Amino acid sequence: MSIWMFTVSVLCALMLLAMVRLVRGPTAADRVVALDAINTLVVASMIVLGVAFKQIIFIDVAIIYALLSYVGTLFIAKYLGGEL
Amino acid sequence: MILNVLIWVALGIGLFFNTLGVIGILRFPDVYTRLHADTKATTFGSIFTSIAVVLYAAGQYWHTLDGQYATLALHTVIAVVVLAITNATGAHAIARAAYRRGHRPVQAVVDHLEGKP
Repeated sequence: MSIWMFTVSVLCALMLLAMVRLVRGPTAADRVVALDAINTLVVASMIVLGVAFKQIIFIDVAIIYALLSYVGTLFIAKYLGGEL
Repeated sequence: MILNVLIWVALGIGLFFNTLGVIGILRFPDVYTRLHADTKATTFGSIFTSIAVVLYAAGQYWHTLDGQYATLALHTVIAVVVLAITNATGAHAIARAAYRRGHRPVQAVVDHLEGKP
């Protein structure tokens, strides 16, 4: 197993740990925080996967995922703040 | 080879700070401290894992002079810039929404936003 695949494995384990807070979070804001953490970890692991599989298209997917998850986070935040 | 050592060090720092961020959102008491731990630590860790990718691409480009490694490095830098901007702005939006929703910091001594609309 190369060092890149090891990094992706650890990042996936961290996503599962963050999902504990996503399920158990007492308020909706805690769940949004956990979702934001999972989005960041997905982008990081997608960049590393692009090297592991030698596919540059994965990194373009990471850029688009970062932008779209940002829009999603902003809309959930507007909804929670009662401004929508 | 020194470039491989640098790649390992960057990946180790990145994984360490990502782990600290996730432990922070599992252990801290309220939404503001969780946001504080999560956003800064995972952004820093993701920047360092991407620095490892850029170092790898630079080393491969040095050896082979293949243009696709330059593309890899450039796209990774674009992804890191996008990630840094969106994480900071999104964290600000979440904190503002949580305050407007009525969550207050648990053990805060001073709250400068108290009573403001």
